Amino acid sequence: MRDIGFIEAINEALAEEMERDPTVFVMGEDVRLGAFGATRGLIDKFGATRVRNTPISEAGFAGAGVGAAMAGMRPVVEIEFASFFYCCWDQICNQAGKLRYMSGGQARMPITYRCVFGAMGSAAAQHSEVVYPQFLAAPGLKIVIPSDAGDMKGLLKASIRDDDPVLVFEHGRLGFTRGQVPDGEHIVPLGKGAVKRAGTDVSIVAIGAMVAKALSVAEELAQDGVSVEVFDPRTLVPLDEDGLLATVAKTGRVVIADEGHLRGGAAADLAAIVIDKGFDYLNAPIKRVTALDTPIPFSPPLEEFVLPNEAKIKAAVQEIAR
Amino acid sequence: MDASAIPKEQLFHMYRTMVTIRRFEETIRDLFFQGQIPGFVHVSIGEEAVPTGVCAALTDKDYITTTHRGHGHMLAKGGEPKRMMAELFGRKTGYCKGKGGSMHIVSYELGILGANGIVGAGIPIATGAALASSFRGNEAVAVSFFGDGASNEGTFHESLNLASLWKLPAIYVCQNNAYAEFTATSESTSVKDIAVRAAGYDMPGVVVDGNDVLAVYEVMRQAVTRAKKGEGPTLIEAKTYRWEGHVVGEQAFVADYRDPQEIAAAKQRCPIVLFTQKLLETGFVAAAELERIQREVQATIDDAVAFAQSSPLPDVSEATQDVFANP
Repeated sequence: MRDIGFIEAINEALAEEMERDPTVFVMGEDVRLGAFGATRGLIDKFGATRVRNTPISEAGFAGAGVGAAMAGMRPVVEIEFASFFYCCWDQICNQAGKLRYMSGGQARMPITYRCVFGAMGSAAAQHSEVVYPQFLAAPGLKIVIPSDAGDMKGLLKASIRDDDPVLVFEHGRLGFTRGQVPDGEHIVPLGKGAVKRAGTDVSIVAIGAMVAKALSVAEELAQDGVSVEVFDPRTLVPLDEDGLLATVAKTGRVVIADEGHLRGGAAADLAAIVIDKGFDYLNAPIKRVTALDTPIPFSPPLEEFVLPNEAKIKAAVQEIAR
Repeated sequence: MDASAIPKEQLFHMYRTMVTIRRFEETIRDLFFQGQIPGFVHVSIGEEAVPTGVCAALTDKDYITTTHRGHGHMLAKGGEPKRMMAELFGRKTGYCKGKGGSMHIVSYELGILGANGIVGAGIPIATGAALASSFRGNEAVAVSFFGDGASNEGTFHESLNLASLWKLPAIYVCQNNAYAEFTATSESTSVKDIAVRAAGYDMPGVVVDGNDVLAVYEVMRQAVTRAKKGEGPTLIEAKTYRWEGHVVGEQAFVADYRDPQEIAAAKQRCPIVLFTQKLLETGFVAAAELERIQREVQATIDDAVAFAQSSPLPDVSEATQDVFANP
């Protein structure tokens, strides 16, 4: 095991996959420089042909990624911030996500889109959003949300090798964290969740940056004699339904923590699955801890009020704990 | 371009392609009115010289993307009428197993990366195919067919910028048929010649008579040569005219929006008639040979319809297949 930074994990995954497969290339705004560090230095190793700076032109290069994937390449396209996906919505949802199906299985679509998402402190509503629920409603796209450096590296490598379009959401706040990464080849398969902490009384199903918050709440509550299990689905599509239902069966009490909105969000979707398939396991109502249904505000006290945090997760657990 | 400079076999192939497109689309228009084809059908009758001239300059290795009005491009790129017809009928034997329909046919083995129901969406996809080709030494070109309407979409402008910046082997073929849905191009587009927009992206922009198949072929050959030499993309505006409406059956929901005299005048310049005259003028093509091709095409289209009609519909179990390569 090595202790590395979250951004370093991204960089390692990209470098290793580019080394392994000459059809992998990276393109996006400022990727040569590596604005947030994820692609920094790749230019020196792989050159400007495979590390391509694009104009600020999301529909153009997101769509070019689709065409390149269809014509034999394995592009990794960086969309700087998740909200910028709206500028290339058609290329992702109508093209990347549908062309395999619409072509009766002919179209090959090994493309990975990476983006930074989530609230990272007064970035306001157009740079703080959780956009993956919108994609959850668009069939044909895989959705990956790593919660620590180890998963970041392993999931990104699996995403790049996958023959379907994969959207990888990297929480901005996690960029400053460090974590344990196994030595050597490290792949985390898509569709396999992880129990990040075992417990018996209440399950917190946590997504992305909420996992670390859930773990800290679990630690606090352990001192009060409440045993909390933390389950991280890691990928929303494909979803580890067995893993999700297993933690529900184990504790019978579920809090779902996600930074997205309450209505139409990932938490709502997971709650619906638990009710459909795990109703008999439940001993209490499912609680969702999410952002309020507003755009994310700029001013610090407003932002803090709108976002989910440890205190809100803890209160939800206490509400349904025996 | 002088027809006698082209081998007779290739001229016949072009003629056969144009007649195939015409008969295919006349047939599906009639079948749509008979209720045999579900969904939307958009035909390009009167525009046959554009796909024919363009694809005559391509090989199987080259890529194309096309539009909701894409039957002609697919047929010209080698699409089999049988499998296309079956797709239009929603049958299992169609190119996309009945999952795409008229607006969404794809054939990987022919380099057809797809017709597309979204105006302008195929332009960046072709640009990306050209990008892939650039990694392999520009071995293939990627052609995006689109209409005058798509030249007002952001994807057109973003793609031309990208392709010019990166000197990609892309060829942008704007098939200007004078109408975007129900609106005249002159009412929707800031420039008289869409080709002038190429200047904004530092690439050649060429206007060509889209009813003259040999003229289209000639400018395409130049664009292909340029692309394969790594000199970058070309914008070709092929001016033609849409004889029929935007969508077959539109009379049921829209009022007349075109002057009948305008349509009649356009029909005086039928691309097939113009090409026939050129062929006969060469002195080495006989009318009887062209008539034989017409009969053969009719038989091919009749076979295609019979094949589609007798093909099985997909089983409902297939509805959940093909979403992912690795579910």
